[in-house]
Amino acid sequence: MTTETLQAPVPRTPLQEFWHYFSSNKGAVAGLAFIIFICFMAIFADVVAPHSPSDQARDALLLPPAWLEGGNWVYILGTDDVGRDILSRLIHGARLSLAVGMVAVTASLLMGILMGLVAGYCKGVIDTVIMRIVDIMLAMPSLLLAIAIVAILGPSIVNAALAISIVSLPHYVRLTRAATMSEMSRDYVTSSRVIGASPLRLMFVCILPNCVAPLIVQATLGFSTAILDMAALGFLGLGAQPPTPEWGSMLADALQFVQRAWWVVTFPGLMILITVLAFNLMGDGLRDALDPKLKQ
Amino acid sequence: MFQFIFRRLSLVIPTFIGITLLTFTLIRLIPGDPIEVMAGERGVSAERHAELSAQLGFDQPLYIQYFNYVSGVLQGDLGNSLVTREPVLSEFLALFPATIELTFCAAIFAILVGLPAGIIAAVKRGTLFDHSVMTFSLTGYSMPVFWWALLLMLIFSVNLGWTPVSGRIDVVYWIDNVTGFMLIDSILSGEEGAFSSAASHLILPSIVLGTIPMAVIARMTRSSMLEVLSEDYIRTARAKGIAPWRVIVIHALRNALIPVITVIGLQVGILLSGAILTETVFAWPGIGKWLIESIGRRDYPVVQGGILIVATIIIVVNLLVDIAYGIVNPRIRHSR
Amino acid sequence: MSLLTLENLSVTFGKFRAVDNISYSVKEGEVLGIVGESGSGKSVSSLSVMGLIDYPGEVSADNLSFADQDLLSMPEKQRRKITGSDIAMIFQDPMTSLNPCFTVGYQIIEALKTHDGGNKKVLRARALELLNLVGIPAPESRMNAYPHQLSGGMSQRVMIAIAIACNPKLLIADEPTTALDVTIQAQIIDLLIDLQKQKQMGLVLITHDLALVAEVAHRVVVMYAGQIVESGPANEVFSTPRHPYTQALLASLPESASGKARLEALPGVVPGQYDRPQGCLLSPRCPYATDHCRHVAPDSQGSLERQVKCHTPLDAQGRPAA
Ligand SMILES: Nc1ncnc2c1ncn2[C@@H]1O[C@H](COP(=O)(O)OP(=O)(O)OP(=O)(O)O)[C@@H](O)[C@H]1O
Ligand code: SF4
Ligand SMILES: [Mg+2]
Repeated sequence: MTTETLQAPVPRTPLQEFWHYFSSNKGAVAGLAFIIFICFMAIFADVVAPHSPSDQARDALLLPPAWLEGGNWVYILGTDDVGRDILSRLIHGARLSLAVGMVAVTASLLMGILMGLVAGYCKGVIDTVIMRIVDIMLAMPSLLLAIAIVAILGPSIVNAALAISIVSLPHYVRLTRAATMSEMSRDYVTSSRVIGASPLRLMFVCILPNCVAPLIVQATLGFSTAILDMAALGFLGLGAQPPTPEWGSMLADALQFVQRAWWVVTFPGLMILITVLAFNLMGDGLRDALDPKLKQ
Repeated sequence: MFQFIFRRLSLVIPTFIGITLLTFTLIRLIPGDPIEVMAGERGVSAERHAELSAQLGFDQPLYIQYFNYVSGVLQGDLGNSLVTREPVLSEFLALFPATIELTFCAAIFAILVGLPAGIIAAVKRGTLFDHSVMTFSLTGYSMPVFWWALLLMLIFSVNLGWTPVSGRIDVVYWIDNVTGFMLIDSILSGEEGAFSSAASHLILPSIVLGTIPMAVIARMTRSSMLEVLSEDYIRTARAKGIAPWRVIVIHALRNALIPVITVIGLQVGILLSGAILTETVFAWPGIGKWLIESIGRRDYPVVQGGILIVATIIIVVNLLVDIAYGIVNPRIRHSR
Repeated sequence: MSLLTLENLSVTFGKFRAVDNISYSVKEGEVLGIVGESGSGKSVSSLSVMGLIDYPGEVSADNLSFADQDLLSMPEKQRRKITGSDIAMIFQDPMTSLNPCFTVGYQIIEALKTHDGGNKKVLRARALELLNLVGIPAPESRMNAYPHQLSGGMSQRVMIAIAIACNPKLLIADEPTTALDVTIQAQIIDLLIDLQKQKQMGLVLITHDLALVAEVAHRVVVMYAGQIVESGPANEVFSTPRHPYTQALLASLPESASGKARLEALPGVVPGQYDRPQGCLLSPRCPYATDHCRHVAPDSQGSLERQVKCHTPLDAQGRPAA
């Protein structure tokens, strides 16, 4: 009888450990790769895009993609009803979607962390009030709430971003508050308090670092929601306004061309789907890699 | 059990107050003179301005305005549309059946597909089927609803011609509005082919609207089922020598469904907001389309009332789900 | 006649052998104690008897038979008829072993119905009788109770009721008292032993409690890292242990320490998946280990009645044979 000796895993640094788990998730790596790719496109949109997003080629209206009959390699993904190059609009749209996502996520992350810290630290009335507001916001579907806010403030890309950052607040508040509450009961926090550390120092130096991991995961997933909601608002005419090359609003006028020009409909949506999927894949991968409960 | 229901009910009241505060504030957040803004390009005469100001109560102190608003709401008075001058509530009630019909069919689709897919994926963990379910559900979960609607319309209505493009029923039928539910009314009308026309109009919108809930339900069912299958009591059940299907259906599913029911309840919100997009694409005459059109027309009382009703419906459904949760979960049912 | 026979049974999870070529048998009406440290494969081996090892676990054996029926080759369906009726098992943690969604009555009746059938009234009467038998007060009202309304001791009694519902010939009790209060432990063991005597069942009692085994078991099996290192009649094994591991286990008992200066125990832990040594698995911890031990794994010596897995079994004085 032979006894095989199995190799024990070598100990690693936390970062290596994280990468080990993250990279073993193929979907997450694919998501990350696509996100890097699209960020690159967005940053260098002016260089990468073959045309200006607003150039109207009067002689090339509703041109099909290049590989189809009647297509033209000058307009690889075809043109829309006023002769704008769809590929270029998609690339510039990426810039817009990512920028809006970035702004909305950062804004709600900052506000959410602050509210969560305060609620968890102060407890009592302030906590109750903040959590009630959060509960009410959670009771409403985020898109409906965003629509309500934009309806009042008026349709524009800035108001849409504002609405999206407001509706995604509750998740961050809840996460931070829960982490704060559990950290607050730890001995080291109590002792720093006794020593007389200032509340601000406590909140940002002792407590905050402990909820970074779930916040990162939530922010990644928040990116996908922001892009999706932004596109929905754009589609409903409540977000970016027409000439802006935004993915959702590109689809808004496409409705009338469903019968004639499928490419006008297909590509912007595909772009939204893949980008949102990439963020979701990466978010899932991050969660699995950062969640210590799932590690053996 | 009564105590449990009572406690849940008492939690609903502050949420409802919060929602009324929200919708009340919304209309007052409009930058500038709200009446001017509401009127927009239509313009407004001085008398109409005064009339509206009185109707909306803008001439009184805020707390009285709020009090009047809430007591109006409690009596079913949500104000009148600026455009049609009809009461908001009656407009809502006229359109609501169409939305219920759509969301109900979408929910049925989501549950009928999502639940079994999640269960089978968990039982056959690690197989090709499991991986496909996970891939499809993540894709469905990331789907922009409005594009999905356009895409399916492009494929099934335009290219294949299998389903109608939009609306609730073919124009050749004139169906009397009895219940507001086209599926029922078309049967009542006795017209040949009316029911199948109504049903075929429902198919695409239901699938589109049901996609995200289906994905969420499948994922949740799978993970909940996996967790339950590793529980000690499943081992006990198997040690009794009962058939594998019975272990899964009777012992595992019952427990796995507890968190899934909550998730299904949360989908009502997603369905109602998704209905806004779906109805817009398919020209479905429901409250989603109505709300978006009202925003376009700056018909603020409609927007305000519509949001209040939809939010209230969601709260009520969540309450019902909570109670259902208590019924299936004995640990909660018996707790005081 | 032997009720349950295991010959060279192994259970592997991928490359890892959780149970490694073990052989033992249980006769009718016999109490077999299985002892060993945590992770030595006691639970996995008994789950394999029940047919409850799932993918990726794999069970192989030269012979695994119950009452002369080969358990491994018989169809799934036929095996399930034996599982839960002729062979029953109770588990370590009663609080999580009952399904929280169903009443006590339902869970007992389910076991009865699966194997014996019968109408509602008969089944209910039988269930009540069982609850009475396992010493649950006011069984009528307990029938409709949910598991979360019961204490740990009560839950374990219900588990026992489920296990003996179909009059099993063999009952496997996997650490039935570990999760319970000390005061309750004795009651549950008394109940089990009473039932065993009453019904003349074979009983496999898995436990960490050597004193208990010494008291109630006819025969003992000592397991270490998935292997049986020693087995035999309880009194022989306890009076003259022949394996260094058994000797060390016995020496760590508080009673035996009374006369000595200190509590003797082996330093180190059971080797796990990654640190299985070459040669004898005990060699890193064994006080008598030689170079030979460290390179060559010992075979089992002696008959199935009294086996020892050591190159140099101990003699009556507790010293290794030359
Ligand atoms: N499903 C499984 N997959 C992989 N390894 C397993 C599995 N189940 C058990 N093992 C391993 O098998 C070994 C034996 O476990 P087992 O539960 O039989 O020990 P035990 O003797 O019952 O211990 P305890 O006294 O703690 O109950 C352990 O090392 C355990 O990690
Ligand atoms: S074979 Fe050697 S190491 Fe193993 S138990 Fe016997 S004496 Fe100890
Ligand atoms: Mg065990």
